[in-house]
Amino acid sequence: MVEKTFTITSNDGVHARPATVLVQNAGKYEADINLHYKEKAVNLKSIMGIMSLGIPAGAEVKITAEGSDEQEAIDHLTTTMQNEGLGE
Amino acid sequence: MTHLQGIAASSGIAIAKVYPLEAPDLSYSKEKVEQPETEVERLHQALEVSKSELEKIKEHTKKSLGDEHAEIFSAHLLVLSDPELIKPIEDKIKTENVNAEAALDETANMFIDLFKNMDNEYMRERAADIQDVTKRVMAQLLNVTFPDPALINEEVVIVADDLTPSDTAQLNKQFVKGFTTDIGGRTSHSAIMARSLEIPAVVGTKNITSQSEKDSMIIVDGISGDVIVNPTDEQIEEYKQKQADFEKQKQEWAKLKDEPTVTSEGDHVELVANIGTPDDVEGVLENGGEGVGLYRTEFLYMGKSQLPTEEEQFDAYSSVLKQMGDKPVVVRTLDIGGDKELSYLDLPDEMNPFLGYRAIRLCLERDDIFRVQLRALLRASVHGNLKIMFPMIATLDEFRQAKALLDEEKENLVKEGHQVSDDIEVGMMVEIPATAVIARQFAKEVDFFSIGTNDLIQYTMAADRMNERVSYLYQPYNPAILNLINNVIEAAHAEGKWAGMCGEMAGDEIAIPILLGLGLDEFSMSATSILPARTQIRDLSKKEMASYKEEILSMGTAEEVVEFVKEKTQSK
Repeated sequence: MVEKTFTITSNDGVHARPATVLVQNAGKYEADINLHYKEKAVNLKSIMGIMSLGIPAGAEVKITAEGSDEQEAIDHLTTTMQNEGLGE
Repeated sequence: MTHLQGIAASSGIAIAKVYPLEAPDLSYSKEKVEQPETEVERLHQALEVSKSELEKIKEHTKKSLGDEHAEIFSAHLLVLSDPELIKPIEDKIKTENVNAEAALDETANMFIDLFKNMDNEYMRERAADIQDVTKRVMAQLLNVTFPDPALINEEVVIVADDLTPSDTAQLNKQFVKGFTTDIGGRTSHSAIMARSLEIPAVVGTKNITSQSEKDSMIIVDGISGDVIVNPTDEQIEEYKQKQADFEKQKQEWAKLKDEPTVTSEGDHVELVANIGTPDDVEGVLENGGEGVGLYRTEFLYMGKSQLPTEEEQFDAYSSVLKQMGDKPVVVRTLDIGGDKELSYLDLPDEMNPFLGYRAIRLCLERDDIFRVQLRALLRASVHGNLKIMFPMIATLDEFRQAKALLDEEKENLVKEGHQVSDDIEVGMMVEIPATAVIARQFAKEVDFFSIGTNDLIQYTMAADRMNERVSYLYQPYNPAILNLINNVIEAAHAEGKWAGMCGEMAGDEIAIPILLGLGLDEFSMSATSILPARTQIRDLSKKEMASYKEEILSMGTAEEVVEFVKEKTQSK
């Protein structure tokens, strides 16, 4: 399993548009990918899961991936986070 | 044949099949099933069809309204592929042996409740998104048509209880020949949008939805307000003729497109247009508009999940200014609140929204929002002939505060190295009677007035313009209104300023002669009213109309005024 931690820098937290892109990209991988925020973890391939967390600006989140393509997945999602201005 | 009378909201004649835009009946019964696999299969089929519908809507929206507006449908599509939604539905079907409808509804409701109970308005809005998409799937399962204006691909007339601005924005002029609604008035948003889109429309028919069926023929006469369901062949012929006549008259008007607006004695007045988006500019130029008298900036803020950025606004304003060249463009700063809500601002519900926290009142308190708009406007100013006006000003102090913010942002921009035009006129809307009464005092500080008659009438007569029961009080020709208007024009002229009007009244056949006599300088109306108004003004004498001024202003009722004007203008 690989994991990476991010701080949400976007003023609006994780909103619909960036969440959409994250889910679309996560869906491209076979690995199980989860997003952890506070004590909760949700499937990063689920738009409703992500939205239900209501992640605000400044929050610390962790993405974990487990599966055959876990490294590619986490690399791609890291770029996505940065490109979408979500966090670093 | 059924005949209904409504309010003519947008001129032109439409003859086509009825397309009802109404909430479909999605009731179902929960049933035990023998073969859950079949239900899972049905579910997936419904999901697939729904997805392909959404793809189409997304593509269409992208083309007609741009990428930004289309994004919401990307999110909707993801909901339909969401494993966290689909899996529980499948499980429910398999473990409880229930039909797909029940499993879908119960699972979706669980999520909807979850979102509805979040303490964040934005998240609560997402509940509506889930509801929208699951309704589409439910309609597929039940095999009922889910109406969707963007999916229409044959010539139709839309029939609905009411249309929201976003419904209207999705209409495709190529196929939607007209629309008619149960409720609404000439100044409701759907009516205003219809005139921008130049689609014939009749609103306020009270019961057209119950009087018509899908695919029956319908005639919508947006000139007279008549609606005919299942017309006879003779009626169809008659209206085809009317349609042709209307087209011909439009061509006659078109000859005046590049002519100046002058009275019979050669006095010039300015005929300009009201617009809502940069896309409307094309219609303004096609209809010979001498400028834009009211650019409503609300549409930039509506139908999205967050505030528009400075860049987004800069692009829109620059686009309008560039397209208009050296012609004047009067931009009204954000007029939100009242009946126009923004979900992402989380404004509290009010008892009297029209008398509440809206427009400049909101902007002065939320100067974080206001400053972004002012900066975008100031930066765009170098691309054309920009004038800025503030809506809903009630006191001199509000005007001064707004102006001070504008000056501050101008200074900031110059410091940051931006170019800003040096001769931007700054004016105000006259909608609140208080300002019309002491227009003299305001005239010393503003560069111009623009009289917003829709609100001025509603506030002067204390009559909600959305309330049909008091709609008889919506009286543009009431001498009380005319005296207020006169006051504003006189005050402006006494200080060497100009006065315009941007309400529906400015394009009205009866009002135009009166306003001309009162000395109004600028008439701002729907683009499609410009050429008829120009035609009318060419036959009017400003001197003659001015000679009736005192007489009209001292009349007692609106009826007297109308009768008098008709007599004086139609005798020729």
